[in-house]
Amino acid sequence: MTHVAPAPAPTGAAVDGETSRRRGWGWLLLVPGMLYLAIFFVFPTIQLFLTSLYDPSGNYVQGYTLTWHFANYVDAIRDTWNLFVRSFVYAGIATAVCLLLGYPLAYAIAFKAGRWKNFMLVLVIAPFFTSFLLRTLSWKTILADQGPVADFLRTIQILPEDGRLLATPLAVIAGLIYNFMPFMTLPLFASLDKVDYRLIEASSDLYSSPLTGFRKVTFPLSLPGVVAGTLLTFIPASGDYINAEILGTPKQYMVGNRIQAAFLTEHDYPLAASLSLTLMLIVVLMVVVYVRRVGTEELV
Amino acid sequence: MATDVTTTSMTERRVGPAKRPRRNAGRWISDHLVLMVGILVLAYMFVPIGYIFALSFNQPSGGETGHQSAGAQFEAFTWTNWSTICEPEGLCRSLRLSIQVSITATVIATILGTLMAFALVRHSFRGRGSSNLLIFLPMATPEVVMGSSLLAMFVSTGFDSVLGFVTIVIAHVLFCLSFVVVTVKARLTGMDSRLEQAAMDLYANEWQTFRLVTLPLAMPGIVAAALLSFSLSFDDFIVTNFTAGQSVTFPLYVYGAKLKDFPAQLYVVGTIMFLVSFVFVIAAEVWRRRRARAWA
Repeated sequence: MTHVAPAPAPTGAAVDGETSRRRGWGWLLLVPGMLYLAIFFVFPTIQLFLTSLYDPSGNYVQGYTLTWHFANYVDAIRDTWNLFVRSFVYAGIATAVCLLLGYPLAYAIAFKAGRWKNFMLVLVIAPFFTSFLLRTLSWKTILADQGPVADFLRTIQILPEDGRLLATPLAVIAGLIYNFMPFMTLPLFASLDKVDYRLIEASSDLYSSPLTGFRKVTFPLSLPGVVAGTLLTFIPASGDYINAEILGTPKQYMVGNRIQAAFLTEHDYPLAASLSLTLMLIVVLMVVVYVRRVGTEELV
Repeated sequence: MATDVTTTSMTERRVGPAKRPRRNAGRWISDHLVLMVGILVLAYMFVPIGYIFALSFNQPSGGETGHQSAGAQFEAFTWTNWSTICEPEGLCRSLRLSIQVSITATVIATILGTLMAFALVRHSFRGRGSSNLLIFLPMATPEVVMGSSLLAMFVSTGFDSVLGFVTIVIAHVLFCLSFVVVTVKARLTGMDSRLEQAAMDLYANEWQTFRLVTLPLAMPGIVAAALLSFSLSFDDFIVTNFTAGQSVTFPLYVYGAKLKDFPAQLYVVGTIMFLVSFVFVIAAEVWRRRRARAWA
């Protein structure tokens, strides 16, 4: 190892030997992972792009020909723009509610739980040790027409006699909220836990009301967690199709349902690929605008 | 004069000890309000777990086969489901496949990701920014897009006939990798590099420093990343659905079962998964506390 050090030193006039040796090392450590990402992330994304431009008249038995058929995108978006809108509305509502529920939870764990902090943290993750599908299916049981929640709401007259909980947008959004809650809570906790509590105390010593203290001190300090949490909730929620499939009906289907069906059931690869890429493009654009707007350096 | 009085009284109200208890009382309520909301949210997270637990003891009516439709309500108590876990065809096979996939994917992702995290935190080189971007992008990709792009690649390169264990592992490593990098990076960034300098000052060579100082310090981050990978991989449905071909992992089995009859044994597996990992995490925490006390 020591032999490596002198070699680059003479050529690297601007940097000292130490830094230039570290340079070589750094690349070696990064190479396997980067190769992996190049082969299994970048290359497939290019393949997906090419697939989206196949001639739609082909089929998967006879094969497709690449005709740079950009009209696939026009067709895909014309037929499914309402699914895109629905996906982003559902995911947006779910993310907002997750933030509203997850913030007090993360705050309580970080500042109020005392010696129960780690235990409460385990409780946040614990439900997620069980299969995601099983949990969603058991929500189906809970929200079912003859289930306890619907019965109760009918008894207190909030839900009409023939009203349903299952198969409504509400059920799908509730499922999204439930399933992505820890993705919101954990980053929030991580950044709240780093906040020096004395700063919050200082704000109240300086006569700020608890609300002002929160608005001007606590919340800004936890902003990296808010950004990470909202991204980690919104991104998977916008592409999810399990909640819509189990808790909803085709009337609540999101764009993920369409992509999944086009790929795995109809084998209409050009359509599925153009939908996929459109979704990815919109999500990445939203993320970029959002991160710029909120303006934190730390991405995740 | 009048203004004078109000100013004094206001000042008094702010600093005077008489007002202090009321502010504390208000704060007591707001403190406990936060805690109560937190506990309510936690309770909400546990509702389905309670259901899964209860349904694992359910004896469905019309059930000499022990089958029921997903979404059934509780009918009668029985232990049978617990003694016949492997009875539904393919259930235990799917569990075994899931465990094999998750362990393989976790090992690969943890090694690759830890190396990348070390490179990014400890070394400076050109192209760091774009490396960070490339690592972030898979996390910003909805799973359905990732799964479909992998499938598009496997199909167009003629690998669609070998979809199975290998392709599932490839996909799982991909989505675990970024999470490993982020988790280990967070740990490394928070580490005091002076400890390593001290080791070097005390004549430890580079390898000794790494093995005896750096690695033990980084270990909690690496373990956390591995656990995260395992649970992400074990529970993944969407990406697996695209890349599994004819193979059936546990989530795929549950999904398939939801379409026809739904063996109550699935709820037993769900309950066991919950209990095992819960006990595991609590034991780790107890062990950590005891060790911390031993060190102090």
